[in-house]
Amino acid sequence: MDTTPIMEVIDLRKNYGKVEAVRGISLSIPSGSCFGLLGPNGAGKTTTIEMMEGILAPDSGTVLFRGKPVDHRFREKVGIQFQNTALPEYITVKETLELFRSFYPEPRTLAEVIDLCSLGDILGRDNRKLSGGQRQRMLLGIALIPRPEMLFLDEPTTGLDPQARRNFWTLINGIKKENTSILLTTHYMDEAEELCDRVAIVDQGKVLEVDTPDNLLAKHFTGQLVKLPLQEGNGRTAEILSGIGAVRSGESWEIESTALDATMKRLLEANLNLDGLSIHKPDLEDLFIKLTGTSLRT
Amino acid sequence: MEFVRDRGTFFWNLLFPVLMVAGFSFAFSGDGKALFKVALAGDQASTVAEAIADARAGGGHANSAGLSPMEEFLSIPELELIVYNDEEAGPDRKIALDKLRKHQIDMLVDFNDATYYLNDRSSGSGILKRLVDASGANGSVAGDGMERVGTFTERAVSGDAIRYVDWLVPGVIGMNMMFSCLFGVGFVLVRYRKNGVLKRLKATPVGALNFLFAQAMSRMIIAFATSVVVFAGTNFFLHFRMEGSYLPLLALLLLAILSMISLGLVFAARFKSEELASGLLNLVTFPMMIFSGVFFSLEGSPQALRNVSKAFPLTHFLEGARAVMIDGAGFATVWPQMAILAAMSAVFLAISTALFKWE
Repeated sequence: MDTTPIMEVIDLRKNYGKVEAVRGISLSIPSGSCFGLLGPNGAGKTTTIEMMEGILAPDSGTVLFRGKPVDHRFREKVGIQFQNTALPEYITVKETLELFRSFYPEPRTLAEVIDLCSLGDILGRDNRKLSGGQRQRMLLGIALIPRPEMLFLDEPTTGLDPQARRNFWTLINGIKKENTSILLTTHYMDEAEELCDRVAIVDQGKVLEVDTPDNLLAKHFTGQLVKLPLQEGNGRTAEILSGIGAVRSGESWEIESTALDATMKRLLEANLNLDGLSIHKPDLEDLFIKLTGTSLRT
Repeated sequence: MEFVRDRGTFFWNLLFPVLMVAGFSFAFSGDGKALFKVALAGDQASTVAEAIADARAGGGHANSAGLSPMEEFLSIPELELIVYNDEEAGPDRKIALDKLRKHQIDMLVDFNDATYYLNDRSSGSGILKRLVDASGANGSVAGDGMERVGTFTERAVSGDAIRYVDWLVPGVIGMNMMFSCLFGVGFVLVRYRKNGVLKRLKATPVGALNFLFAQAMSRMIIAFATSVVVFAGTNFFLHFRMEGSYLPLLALLLLAILSMISLGLVFAARFKSEELASGLLNLVTFPMMIFSGVFFSLEGSPQALRNVSKAFPLTHFLEGARAVMIDGAGFATVWPQMAILAAMSAVFLAISTALFKWE
């Protein structure tokens, strides 16, 4: 595999008036990988990805494509799916695809795009009559037309129902097999875990952590996570739980436990109300809460 | 494509102008004119007009002691006087005679050779003739056999009337074309910018110039086809005048469409809000509709207004189109209008490409 990162950004900054949307983000996306940009709404994900796409001009910082500054042919080599794009009205899916094919010097064949994004059943439909999932598939199809070396997906599954999201993931996994590099922003942790080789956790315009999902979890969590919902003010409960090593996190107490037997035994012995207790393997969601102190979806 | 598939708009675009012409021609079909237009020509024309204005201001006939019989006749308040003065038998008189032939004015009085002209095919002539007779300006009441100073001779010209419809058709075609181009281009682009279609296109290798050119071309085909259909449609019902040949008319139409589209592009270059764009477009289209001479002639309106109207592409198109359709003018006559339209297009296009933004 080529060792030059397909895309690299160094110290990107962007302000909107007085709001500092992106405050010095540096990322390196290895060629052929799927890189996830994770963060809550307003973290600066979209601003970052749009600066990388060349849609927004950064206030400062460098964007490199294959180690070189972005040139005019960059647009022929990337595929972009925006967060919300209206499609030209009054034309059908097939006509839209043909239209976008005409923009590129060496587009994929129509059949190939249809096959990649399973668009066969909606070809004759007017763009305005597509469901959320069909629409995203269609937008992905448009993004794939130029046979992109680099694919940008900005929150591609936001607002889709669980089944449509899973369908979309299947499509993305198919595209990953073509060795296309992907940059994906999302605020769904399960999506990042399912699709991404590496993730960057972004909050308030800065990168907090970058690594593979597994490494990140291994680095920040040991063992299982025991969660107990917060209960109505009982000073003694808090005291006991703190004694066991529980930490208050949002609306619950959390105990990181490497020896589940012992932890459970102590909880039982303390004779506490254990209604709503849960034990699970920590995921990116837990990591995010740990890193930022806020839940992702709020 | 959008134009054809949005069926409501499609039919409205074709039907509206035809209905409008039909409605107007019906409304103006009655001969309810209370006012006669009388043109004055010759050296003294403006002096006479002033004297008559004074007399009218002073209470009409009561004050008419010092007036000659012709002046007395002219001071009848129902007459609208238009002065075509100076230049002995020069172009002004020719223009006025031409208008008389087409029933655009009802009478021409030439003070230089003491002649007045009436159109014997015009319905107003009879009344005017009787009025002149009554005033004695042509010596007809001279039962006493005395030779009178300043009697006028009557001469007749002939010519069929230009119906209001003949005059209106170019106006309505022009207006329809104006709306189709300005709103078609302006609105669509602003909407595409607002909802992100333009942003999506920005992410492709398509350049702004290419994109704008494609937009302009597609709208041009639409506007041209619509205008042709409206022309044919109104002609089918109304059989209006078409004196000149079709070639200069089509050339004028294409240039006018181009200039309108480029004007639309100027408005569409930056704005992101449909409301703002629509307000600004109305700011341009309404004055154009009213002051470019779509529904009524600007002749007789203040010079300042006529100067302003020169800034509108529609004015030049209408001038040219009417010259071709009504007077049978060819390229030799309408080339200045064509040149102006071409120049306007170039200027508008330059501005819009300089201003254009995808987002």
